[in-house]
Amino acid sequence: MIEVIDEERCTGCNICVHACPTNVFDAGAKIPVIARQDDCQTCFMCEAWCPEDALYVSPRADDLEHPDIAALKFNHVIGSYRAAIGWSKGDAPTI
Amino acid sequence: MAIRRPVEQISSAGAQEFRADVLVLGGGPAGTWAAINAAGRGASVLLVDKGFCGTSGATAPSGTGVWYVDPDSAKREAAMASREAMGGFLQDRRWMARVLDHAYDTVQQLADWGYPFQTDEYGLQRYGSVMGPQYMRLMRKRAKQAGAKILDHSPALELIVDDRGAVRGASGIRQQSGERWIVRSGAVVMATGGCAFLSKALGCNVLTGDGYLMGAEVGAELSGMEFSNAYAMSPAFSSVTKTRFYDWATFTDASGELIPGAQSKGGRSNIARWLTNNGAVFARIDKADAPTQAAMRLAQPNFFLPFDRAGIDPFAQRFPVTLRLEGTVRGTGGLRIVDDTCATTVPGLYAAGDAATRELICGGFTGGGSHNAAWAMSSGFWAGGAAADHALSVGEPRHAAPVKHAGGVALREGAERPVDSGDLIKSVQAEVFPYDINYFRNGEKLSGALNRLDSLWSATSRAGRSDALRVTRDREAVSMLATARWMYRSALERKESRGMARRLDYPGQDSGPKYNVRVGGLHEVWSRRDANQPAPILEAAE
Ligand SMILES: Cc1cc2nc3c(=O)[nH]c(=O)nc-3n(C[C@H](O)[C@H](O)[C@H](O)COP(=O)(O)OP(=O)(O)OC[C@H]3O[C@@H](n4cnc5c(N)ncnc54)[C@H](O)[C@@H]3O)c2cc1C
Ligand code: SF4
Ligand code: SF4
Repeated sequence: MIEVIDEERCTGCNICVHACPTNVFDAGAKIPVIARQDDCQTCFMCEAWCPEDALYVSPRADDLEHPDIAALKFNHVIGSYRAAIGWSKGDAPTI
Repeated sequence: MAIRRPVEQISSAGAQEFRADVLVLGGGPAGTWAAINAAGRGASVLLVDKGFCGTSGATAPSGTGVWYVDPDSAKREAAMASREAMGGFLQDRRWMARVLDHAYDTVQQLADWGYPFQTDEYGLQRYGSVMGPQYMRLMRKRAKQAGAKILDHSPALELIVDDRGAVRGASGIRQQSGERWIVRSGAVVMATGGCAFLSKALGCNVLTGDGYLMGAEVGAELSGMEFSNAYAMSPAFSSVTKTRFYDWATFTDASGELIPGAQSKGGRSNIARWLTNNGAVFARIDKADAPTQAAMRLAQPNFFLPFDRAGIDPFAQRFPVTLRLEGTVRGTGGLRIVDDTCATTVPGLYAAGDAATRELICGGFTGGGSHNAAWAMSSGFWAGGAAADHALSVGEPRHAAPVKHAGGVALREGAERPVDSGDLIKSVQAEVFPYDINYFRNGEKLSGALNRLDSLWSATSRAGRSDALRVTRDREAVSMLATARWMYRSALERKESRGMARRLDYPGQDSGPKYNVRVGGLHEVWSRRDANQPAPILEAAE
């Protein structure tokens, strides 16, 4: 399930608000919020579309992992799916 | 490509109202190909998606094999022959050949558009597979470039018909604003995908059989709904139902003992049986050598994502697996198609991709085969083209006769109170998830489940419309309920084992004439056997 929006990296572009197929995010004052986590289908598409590598989807489909954001960034886990499919940081898809 | 007639917005008071020649419901591969071809023929096209066209549906998050076979008659013959037995010989050779032709050309089209096909060790392009995220991002872009207008997060809830019963549009809701949308169109392409019953199979939670329900509400027939019990393997904790690499796995029980006969391919039922009767099943993908492992990583990055993130080396360590229901997504049932244009039994309504039956090319089995992708691109393209021709020939929707909103359950204003969709979803899942009912089918268990589902329908059928936040989920629940009834009714009608529709009480294949099972109806579900004959060749619209 989606677990992290990294406040440091997120620019508030709201791409994820559009791109999530199950409408999990709401646009927020500055950055989006995870508004309907239960609706997350663990498809990793928001991660793929986030141009800033600011999102982390845990592989666990049914329960929460509560990961440590600093470690995810240090170990380059955040952004690893984009890298694996060949989409580079900053490559912003058009909505 | 000529871009003609734009979609018109007629009003936005109370509801956003649009007029278009062709309305496409669903923006997966089938829907986007439909939109591109319809727009290419000069029609104004509006495409609405429940989620987001480009990320939503079963293709977007996956790597997808395409039925891509060189136009060499021996190779094509072998490709067609290789799957006929598995599909129970219900396929239609002429349709298989047409789809092989079209898929081949389409892949070339993708290459021309700049899709970055990978190259193999000989430097040749590997045209047989596409990455979902890249493919669907490109399809969104091309649909827009072709002139289609896209509304995301805008599920269709019901069809609109004219006084002769022809389909003339649809209406739904804009999830993010809560406003209603209404589209008047000359034709509709149903491309809403299959039904996986909210099992969290990869990308499938938007696929709840909505198109089957909307179709049945205007009288459309379905076909092949007994071929609807595809179960796919995933790590127990994960949504990633990519099954191919489990061909290289060894399956063991909790204590590490081999499970007899357990295999991903050809022994999946032994895994289902073990999960039902004995408990956890563990896999280790230990039959892949180092080069194979490297090729696997390259081919399907998202297969490894859950393992990498959970700190599991799937080649060396054992991990628990489960089988998630993918229903008709990797089954073959759907709206019945009556001719080469992918027309349904209702005028003005065309069906494509998983929303349509895939029996014509797959018979009663598809599993992971690349046929689905080839079918989605072909049927989508044909349906879109025919819908455009139909719409342009019937003329401007604005002069249409009075129309009726065809949606029933959970949409009527002022009716009884809304359904409790959470409860209803659980009740339907309790009938369709258990391997004991849906994998290992027999007449008694199927009848029991169908009776319970029929009672649920009776209790639900007068439910009224809920608020904007809940109406979509309510309709999803009702669609799942209707789909489950058609599925079991069809499974009972087929008194034999053929394709994936296996019956413990009829283990053999009936040696009599082959037939297709048609099904439909809402309050009274009916089923019928039609002789399995090659589809009549009608003058195609192309
Ligand atoms: C994990 C997995 C792996 C697969 N791998 C392969 C493979 O390798 N090869 C292969 O050939 N096939 C494969 N398949 C099958 C293939 O993905 C599908 O057959 C294909 O996606 C069908 O395309 P579609 O456009 O009909 O449906 P989808 O791609 O599922 O798209 C349907 C669209 O309709 C939208 N929608 C649903 N309801 C509504 C509504 N009420 N209103 C508006 N929009 C709606 C959805 O949001 C979605 O965008 C796989 C399936 C799965 C689940
Ligand atoms: S897509 Fe990424 S950067 Fe943009 S709003 Fe979402 S999390 Fe922030
Ligand atoms: S993983 Fe998929 S469903 Fe979950 S938030 Fe991201 S895009 Fe949405």
